Amino acid sequence: MISLLYEILNTIRRNKMRTFLTGFAVAWGIFMLIVLLGSGNGLKNGFSSNWGDRLQNVVQIWGGRTNIPYAGFQSGRWIGLDNKDLEFTSAEFQKEVNFAVGNINLGSKNISNGQEYLSSSIQGVYPQRLTIDGLKIAQGDGRFINDLDIREKRKAVVISQRAKEILFKDETAIGKNVNIAGIIYTVVGIYYNENRQDVTGSYIPLSTAQIIYNRGVNISNLAFTLSENIDSEETNTDFMNRYKKRFAQLHQVSPKDDNAIWYRNRFEDYMQMAKVSTFINIAVWIIGIFTLFSGIVGVSNIMLITVRERTREFGIRKSIGASPFSILKLVVVESIFITTIFGYIGLVCGVGITEFASGFFEPSAGRDSFNAFLNPTVDINVAIQATLLLIIAGTVAGLFPALKAVKIKTIEALNNK
Amino acid sequence: MIKLRNINKTYYNGAPLHVLKGIDLEINKGEFVSIMGASGSGKSTLLNILGILDNYDTGDYYLNDVLIKNLSETKSAYFRNKLIGFIFQSFNLISFKNAIENVALPLYYQKVGRKTRNKIALEYLDKLGLKDWAYHMPNELSGGQKQRVAIARALISKPQIILADEPTGALDSKTSAEVLDVLKKVNATGMTMIIVTHESGVANQTNKIIRLKDGIIEKIEDNSEHALSTFDIQNIK
Repeated sequence: MISLLYEILNTIRRNKMRTFLTGFAVAWGIFMLIVLLGSGNGLKNGFSSNWGDRLQNVVQIWGGRTNIPYAGFQSGRWIGLDNKDLEFTSAEFQKEVNFAVGNINLGSKNISNGQEYLSSSIQGVYPQRLTIDGLKIAQGDGRFINDLDIREKRKAVVISQRAKEILFKDETAIGKNVNIAGIIYTVVGIYYNENRQDVTGSYIPLSTAQIIYNRGVNISNLAFTLSENIDSEETNTDFMNRYKKRFAQLHQVSPKDDNAIWYRNRFEDYMQMAKVSTFINIAVWIIGIFTLFSGIVGVSNIMLITVRERTREFGIRKSIGASPFSILKLVVVESIFITTIFGYIGLVCGVGITEFASGFFEPSAGRDSFNAFLNPTVDINVAIQATLLLIIAGTVAGLFPALKAVKIKTIEALNNK
Repeated sequence: MIKLRNINKTYYNGAPLHVLKGIDLEINKGEFVSIMGASGSGKSTLLNILGILDNYDTGDYYLNDVLIKNLSETKSAYFRNKLIGFIFQSFNLISFKNAIENVALPLYYQKVGRKTRNKIALEYLDKLGLKDWAYHMPNELSGGQKQRVAIARALISKPQIILADEPTGALDSKTSAEVLDVLKKVNATGMTMIIVTHESGVANQTNKIIRLKDGIIEKIEDNSEHALSTFDIQNIK
């Protein structure tokens, strides 16, 4: 084997141009594939980072003003939501809705702790808000609003990590009181949002908000999660049509009035995003496979020329005692040797450039930030598999012309000019 | 050493061409033989069969009492390596290998280690007066030097016979004489040697001349007196 390798190294050293051309085709193929897959991944990662940890199957509803006169009412009537909307949603759409929660938006208010204060948007919420908004509470940072808070209408508040830093510095905040626009609340938890570090909004129980701020049974908006029965665009559209019709009926607004009730269906957005993501994935793989294929064609082309060029040499070798198998071995091992080394070079360059580029696309932190491109790197296993594939393909591509060259009679090979 | 019994060979390129029409021949160990004939007489084909580079249709060929017939490529490569040394008109050196690597190549196929085979190769190059050119590439050598490298390569595996196909065909008369001299010396060590040539001058150096004509042996002349006339009208066609 060492003898064979020496023989091959000797051949390679004396045929630099040929070696370089073969190697370049391999290295370029792998390099392009990795850059391409990396770019595709960058786009996909950008998309999913924008989605964050929020639940994907959420529908949100806000009230509005009617545009169309209906059932004796003038247009311009305000349509508000209240607890009844929650009840009918849960009761009449049991198959489609997992849970429905209300939300009261109290706007910005001052929160203070002694001398420290900040302005924070205050929302009255149900416990499920935590998962709907994809919020997290770290170990030892207390809890979110719970059912007991709702039932007993406690004056409990969950603040953000940022708000805690401003209000309490390094002190513990859990169990301490804060003053929200003149009313004292107890801090029960501190949340954070992985994707948006600078949020300051605070959450109190919905029932507390309704009582203290005189909202009666009104809510600002309604949110519910879809059950697993809604699993496609068709079922989603069908359900939303039925739901909207029923909602319009209950509030006595025209079913054609788009301004009276506002809907936001995240599931729809999610499916569109997933579609785009799938499309990018397919496109990248198709282009990638063609790139790989062109690399293979390049390698096999050069192998073909190489073997043809060496026919006479093979004849000479055979005339002095080389068996057909030893010739085959010579060609195939040389091909493996070249494709492996240059494949590795292409791999390192490709991974290097994607990692380098990745440094330029740090995730942005702002609340309404949008990442179009994030972490454009390739799974190393995919890269290695692609390289192995190219090596095998290059070898097989070299094998057939080699087999042909070996089959030529020694005497004919010797006379080959 | 070599025994041919009614060897027939036909080429099928378009119209069938019956090249060898029943060759019976015996060559003993240590003989220095030339095969002469006009082009198309079948002398190259005969040499290729002797060298197991080509197969024959009917008949029997015994080399060293081994029947050489319908061998696989691998088997014939083995016998070529062990029993036969080739010298070609166009030298057939591998262009990207230097002299010593070219000479050592048959030993590579005998699985001899690199250091050992290069040492032996250097000895053979030394014997042929090419020690100083051992690390030169073929294109840095003259025609005579190339042919001597080829002779060293043919000898290194200690074959039973040397087959030379027009060994002086690409050389001028002075280097031809030198190369023939080398071949004679090799024969003097007891090596069986068969030269295919169409030059009377070359054939005259050998001890036995086999004349081929239209695929049959016309006559076998004893030439131990080396008395062949260069202008032997009868044999020039």
